[in-house]
Amino acid sequence: MAKKLRRHVITMIATAGSGHPGGSLSAADIITALYFKVLRHDPRNPQWSERDRFILSKGHAAPILYAALAEAGYFPVAELATLRKLNSRLQGHADRKFTPGVEMSAGSLGMGLSFAIGVALASRLDSKTYRTYVLLSDGECEEGQTWEAALSAAHFKLDNLTTIVDCNGIQLSGWTCDIMNLEPFIQKWQAFGWHTIDIDGHDLDQILSACQGAKKIKNKPTVIIARTIKGKGVSFMENNVAFHGKAPTWEEAERAIKELE
Amino acid sequence: MAEASTRETYGKTLVELGRQNKDIVVLDADVSPSTMTIFFAREFPERFFDCGLEEQNMVSIAAGLAASGKTVFATTFVVFVVCRCFDQLRLCISQPNLNVKIVATHSGISVGEDGTSHQAIEDLALCCALPSFTVVVPADAIEAAGAIRAAASDYGPFYIRLSRPKTPIVYPEGYHFTLGRAVTMRQGKNATVIAAGIMVAKALEAADSLAKQGIDCRIINMHTLKPLDDAAIVKAASETGAIVVAEEHLAQGGLGSRVAQTVAKEKPVPMEFVNIGDRYAVSGKAEELLQRYGLTASDIEESVKSAVKRK
Repeated sequence: MAKKLRRHVITMIATAGSGHPGGSLSAADIITALYFKVLRHDPRNPQWSERDRFILSKGHAAPILYAALAEAGYFPVAELATLRKLNSRLQGHADRKFTPGVEMSAGSLGMGLSFAIGVALASRLDSKTYRTYVLLSDGECEEGQTWEAALSAAHFKLDNLTTIVDCNGIQLSGWTCDIMNLEPFIQKWQAFGWHTIDIDGHDLDQILSACQGAKKIKNKPTVIIARTIKGKGVSFMENNVAFHGKAPTWEEAERAIKELE
Repeated sequence: MAEASTRETYGKTLVELGRQNKDIVVLDADVSPSTMTIFFAREFPERFFDCGLEEQNMVSIAAGLAASGKTVFATTFVVFVVCRCFDQLRLCISQPNLNVKIVATHSGISVGEDGTSHQAIEDLALCCALPSFTVVVPADAIEAAGAIRAAASDYGPFYIRLSRPKTPIVYPEGYHFTLGRAVTMRQGKNATVIAAGIMVAKALEAADSLAKQGIDCRIINMHTLKPLDDAAIVKAASETGAIVVAEEHLAQGGLGSRVAQTVAKEKPVPMEFVNIGDRYAVSGKAEELLQRYGLTASDIEESVKSAVKRK
């Protein structure tokens, strides 16, 4: 399924002529695990009150989310071809106003963890059993608001909240460690009061067991540090800064799809 | 005139609303003893979240709660929630049209001694620029209570601007607040002053003085800046032929700009503007600052005379 979703991402972005392939491909295995193994959800009823919530904070990875939502049945797969086009329900960045299954309007980085805290607090207030999952990029951990949220999620003891950081190591203009070093990254989360799990973000079993493990942690939130490769699955996109926010040409897209078959 | 605190009214009204509606949740950012959300915090500790000095976090948390069915009141001083958090207000609340009520205190230069950092004088321009937001500036504590109840019962994002000092009571008890409907506080036929917030009481004072000089001045309280009561503006322009707009705000983007847009399109008449201009203020007592920055009854009076002369 992850390969299929990756192929959708390539086709969608090539068709749109713009978009962010790198960060969608790095998150493909995480998103696949969530939508097809982890989340309690009902694609026929996107507003089901008992659904687990998934919040995509790195809103530029919208294509991989749309691909998963379509394959899960939230809307027709054919609609993926409308990405970024006028009158499409599939906006350039994830948008709760237009797309069934999208919980938050995102794209301005650093807000998603805070939003997820609101959702998790509401769950607790209403004595619901749903969990809240939020996917951040490592680059967006440069935003101060992410750390405001990290402090408060621990302060509010939100053990119904699982954060996953897609640590692909690359942001728009270069390697994260060169642009604004985040290390020691895991220690930061620990110091902020979080339970941390360090995994290979492309290993399905590790993703699943980390999500299971997070459910057992009480009185503190869990962050899964998912080590990933930007552009994963397409040789010429892997670890290539150029494909953070650039669409492949049709020739490149064809090569990419071949590699993903 | 008798005076009362809009902040205290806010705190008490929230408690009353909290008893009626268990889905009301209140957020504050470390200033609940000043904003008076502390009353709610004491009565409903499980539904009150102090977000500490994390205003941006607070605004996005408010959105998450609202997206999960809560009616959320998020409160701190105006500068910290409006000026600091504009992007969060924009993308987390305005664009998705979520049910968050930003009720902020310590607006304008009447904050006084705390100085420039705490004097929010650009907030109306910012909030009126947000699609889906309703923007209300109550003239007194009685109107503040009405606005807060309206915010709780009407779906959608609200910005309600409150003051630090006690403000003169301009309404009788039993006044019924209607969102988006301007209130004619005093009839008049020679000119109209359209005011909001603390400037309403000053406009009424100016009208008394103008009456003695033979100028019969209409006073309109435009408590709701968005959506604007265009009909009241057009009627005033048609019937009185001159309009003065008075607000505790910068010249750009607030009530003056909004009223002028309607006047220019629907019924052009001479206009004058009473506001802070294009500058920041300094520390001082509230009344001293209102005088220094041109927000007194006599400033309104002079502007009315200028507008009438230009008819």
